Parts: sequence; structure tokens; C-alpha cells
Amino acid sequence: MSFWEYVGTRHAQLLTDTYQHASAVFQCMVLATLLGVFIGVATYRSEWAGNLATTSTATILTIPSLALIGLLIPIVGLGVPPTVIALTLYGLLPVVRNCIVGLRGVDPALVDAARGIGMSRGAQLFRVELPLAWPPILTGIRVATQMLMGIAAIAAFASGPGLGNEIFRGIASLGSANSLNQVLSGTLGIAILALLFDAAYVLIGRLTISRGIRA
Amino acid sequence: MPETPETTTTSGASIRLENLTKVYPGSSAPAVDNVNLEVKAGEIVILVGPSGCGKSTCLKMINRLIEPSSGRIRIGDEDVTDMDPVKLRRTIGYAIQASGLFPHMTVAQNIALVPKMLGWSKTKVKNRVEEMLDLVGLDPGEFHGRYPRQLSGGQQQRVGVARALAADPPVLLMDEPFGAVDPITRDHLQDELIRLQHELHKTICFVTHDFDEAIKIGDRIAVLRERSHIAQFDTPEAILTNPADDFVSGFVGAGAALKRLNLTRVRDVGVVDFPTASMDDPLESIFERLRSGPHNDLLLLDHNGRPYKWLRRGDLSLAKESLARAGTLVADTVTRDATLRDALEAVLTDNAGRVAVTGRRGEYTGVVDMVTLMNNVHELLEADRLEAIEQQHRLREQRARQTQLAQEGLDDASATEGGRA
Repeated sequence: MSFWEYVGTRHAQLLTDTYQHASAVFQCMVLATLLGVFIGVATYRSEWAGNLATTSTATILTIPSLALIGLLIPIVGLGVPPTVIALTLYGLLPVVRNCIVGLRGVDPALVDAARGIGMSRGAQLFRVELPLAWPPILTGIRVATQMLMGIAAIAAFASGPGLGNEIFRGIASLGSANSLNQVLSGTLGIAILALLFDAAYVLIGRLTISRGIRA
Repeated sequence: MPETPETTTTSGASIRLENLTKVYPGSSAPAVDNVNLEVKAGEIVILVGPSGCGKSTCLKMINRLIEPSSGRIRIGDEDVTDMDPVKLRRTIGYAIQASGLFPHMTVAQNIALVPKMLGWSKTKVKNRVEEMLDLVGLDPGEFHGRYPRQLSGGQQQRVGVARALAADPPVLLMDEPFGAVDPITRDHLQDELIRLQHELHKTICFVTHDFDEAIKIGDRIAVLRERSHIAQFDTPEAILTNPADDFVSGFVGAGAALKRLNLTRVRDVGVVDFPTASMDDPLESIFERLRSGPHNDLLLLDHNGRPYKWLRRGDLSLAKESLARAGTLVADTVTRDATLRDALEAVLTDNAGRVAVTGRRGEYTGVVDMVTLMNNVHELLEADRLEAIEQQHRLREQRARQTQLAQEGLDDASATEGGRA
């Protein structure tokens, strides 16, 4: 069976896997963004806390993904929970780091001006600091998403959702008729998804970054 | 320029700093030490001093961007030292170096910020934005939707001033607002500020390290030395002619008398009459006056009464039948609004040491020459000196009275007396 025949006969399963893969990455990215920006906002003003946040999220990233998911199984069981936890944790570093760098990079004179014209602390953050730090934060989110696309494949190891299942099944039945097709379709699916997400980020950037600071 | 005063503008409120001190945690010496300063309503006071003297700190304590360690701040009749700082700042205009415009907002959005925070209605905010752009000399239709990076430095600074004035605050704080623009633009912006102040009568506190800027726009200047100790607080004229001590004279720099010339206009000093003749006069009469009159020179005016040529007795031989080849063309004139410095410049370049003064349509009104200039400047300086001495005398008396009152245990009385001023 050629690769295209394989895709033709298995397209229902492949589409479900693709959808689940995309959905898992998207949802975990939303979680990672909220959590990461929150951590960034909470820590960027202090040298010490900011560095601690960056270092600890970087440390998480050094744990091999297979090991992390394996370690999570005895604690939270199989399926979706270990996938979501692992992906969210891995997505944190780029977001947290770029958020801190972005917020620290805002011209102090502008923050001074914001205070000087009578903005409250919240208004300073939401109307001046975060909009100005948004381009680097968005870049962080984009990098994290690309990373999670690949890592999400490992989730199949813990019976998680996504295109990883295709790849794992192919590897498990190495030598059988369809094993190569399975690995290939999983991998290609992930690559296509990654490109689509990237295009979406370009669009989001166009829509959310003010023309006044767009490069 | 179309000026439609739709909203009545609030004119200035006085600012009073009483024993204002700032000590930063971890340092023993105060950054600002016991400053007492009163800015009258509608006055521009310049805080000027070397870098690191605490002038900016001093300014930022007025809108409490920096919280004072001790002392009181009063604006108008209100003690604002313990007021909610966010509310306070919305009633005080604030303009800073390099404009401080938010790059992700359009010009209109930047200007609308404070009025919106104060809860103005949409239409009122919109009208106000147009009005402010007009006020600072930018075309609302053109600049409204632009982003700060699409403006030149000078335009950005104008928008910065418009934003500071948008909610019509009685008090305006300016922290080296023109520090980051080129000298020519700075000159324009200074003139603009003077014009604005003429219309608006705000109380303005302006920080700069440029003494020439201080002289140009200040009603009064506070020269600060380290820790914001006030070395002298007086009019530009008094500081130039009678610096309180070596520090002030060092800061004033060389050429105080020359700088003083910037503060006086030609119309304030006497211009002298000069014998004139008109192009319309018959040639013979002009010759006759030159040959036999008491003057060696004549100023020839053209048909509109504008200065045209200087004629000398010696030129007659060249003239023959026409005036076309005689005399020297008037190269430079000054208006009655020119500063004495401009006049001196013109006098120095003229080979006979004089310059014609013209009226609004360029018509001849008189002549300034070296001798009148010198006499006038001497008189000016002398008058300044006398006034400064008088002022010092008054201050000394006042201080003596206060000490006396304090000794008699009437501190409260002296406080109310201070409140009257």
C-alpha cells in the first residue's frame, strides 16, 4: 500500500488524531500563556524573583519529555492529565522568559510618564507595559507552540491523544506493511499543523500588535 | 491660527513647598534638603542647576512621583501631601524629556488619556483632542491618527505638551521637556511655550540645566545647588545683574551683561531720531541738506517709508544727477520687538555703528547706534542692581521679623502671615 492509499483509507482516524493533537497543543498553550504571563508579571520587578522564575522554568525544560511523562503517570494516571501537565510545563519557559524580558525592556521614561499622568498601577500594566511587551511575549508563545507540537507526540506513550499514536503504533510494528506509512503520516501531520499554527500567529500578531510599534 | 476657546481654561494655582525633604533609604545625606519655594499662580518658575542637584527629584515630589520624606506640598489652598497620588496626578499636567508619548497609541489616543480617566464624555474628549492639537499648532485632521514614531522630535514634544494640558490642569510640571530636540526646534518650542502661557496663564514648574533656556522662558528662576539648596530665587534680570554668590555667577556663566540684552526689547529703550530724506524729495533739496546741514549722513527712505540707503556727504561727488550710484544700501534693520542683543549684533556689523529700527510694515521709526545702546544698557544694569539690592534688603527685613516673631513664641502667627503672601 502506498502512502497516499494509506492516508486515503485511514483518513477518519488521522483527522481525529490531528484534531486532538491540535486541540491538546492549543489548550495547553492557553494554559501556559496565562500561567507564564502571570509568573512574568509577578516577578519582573525583582531581579531575584525574575531570575528564579526563568531558571526554574528552564530546569523543567531539561527533563527529557519521556521521563517527565513517565514520572507523572504514577501520580496522575494515564491519558489526558499527564499530557496536559507536561505540555503546559514545557510551554512555560519561552513565555515566562520573553514576558520578563519584554516587561523589563519597556522604557522607564514611559512608565514614569504613565504614573505621572495619573494611571493606576493596573492601568500602567494593562494599558502601557503589557501592550509594549506584547511583541516579545507573542514570539515566546510562538516558539513554545512549535516546541509543544513535537513534544505532544510523546504523549501517546501515556495513552494520551494526538498524532503521536500513529508514530508509536508504526514504531511498535516495525517491519509490518504499514509501519512506515504510520510513522510518516504522524510526522507529516505534525509538521503541517506546526505550519498552520505559525501562520495563525502571524495573523494574530497583525491583529493585536499596534501599528505604532510594529517592526 | 484658528483659536476657538470652547472650554473656559482654568488658570494657574499657586504651589507652595514647605520644608520639603527627601532622604532615600540607605543614604545618610538627603537628596533634597529642606526646600521652601513658592510659585505664584500663573507664573513660570524654572528650577535650574547642575546635574544631580536634585532638581528633578524636587519636581517629582510636587506630583508625588517621589514621596517626600518630610515637609508639606500645597497646591492652591489645598494640602496635597496626603492626597491619593493617582487622583492628584490627574489634576497636574506632566511633560517630560523626549515627550514620553506611548508609541502604541495614536496622537489622539495619547492626548485623550487623562480626560478619559477623569470620565469625560466621548464627544467632549473628541472635541478637546482637536482643540489641543490646534493649540499646539498641529493640524488635527493630519495628526490625529498618526503614531508617535511618524512625528518629528519637535512634533512629538508638542503632542507631549498637548497631552499634559488636555484635562486643563491648573498646574503644569515640565521635566527638561526640550532637552532631546535640536537647538533650532528647541528655540521654536520655547517661543511656543511662551505664547501658550500668554493665553493660558497656568502655573508652570520647569526643570532644566540650560541657563539660557531658563532666562528665556522663566518669570522667576530658582538656581539650585547640591541637595536642592536654593542659591537664588529671583527674576532673570536680577540673577544676571546681581548673582547672590560665586555659585550662581559661575552658573550664569560668562557674558551675563550680554545675556541681559536678551531680556530687553528695542521698544523698551529710546531710539534716536536720524535725519531722513525721501526718494520722493527733489534731488537738489537732498543734496542741499547734506551739503549745508549739520549732519554728515542722511537716511534715504523709499516710497513706502522703508529705510533704503545711507547717504554720506562724501557720496555726493559720485551721485551726479541720480541717487542710483550713491550711498550704501541698508543691509540690516531691526524691528521694535527685536532684543537688544539682535540690535547690538546689527550695530556691530554695520560699518558706521548704527541700525535702522522699523515698525510693523517695515517703515522707518528711528535708529539705534552704539552710543544709545551703551547708555541704555548702563541704565538698565544700574536699575537692576538697585532693585536687586532693595529686594535683598526687603528679604533681610522679612527674615528679621520672622525671627523676632519666632523668638516671641508666635510661630503660628508667622505661619498665617506666610499664608497671606
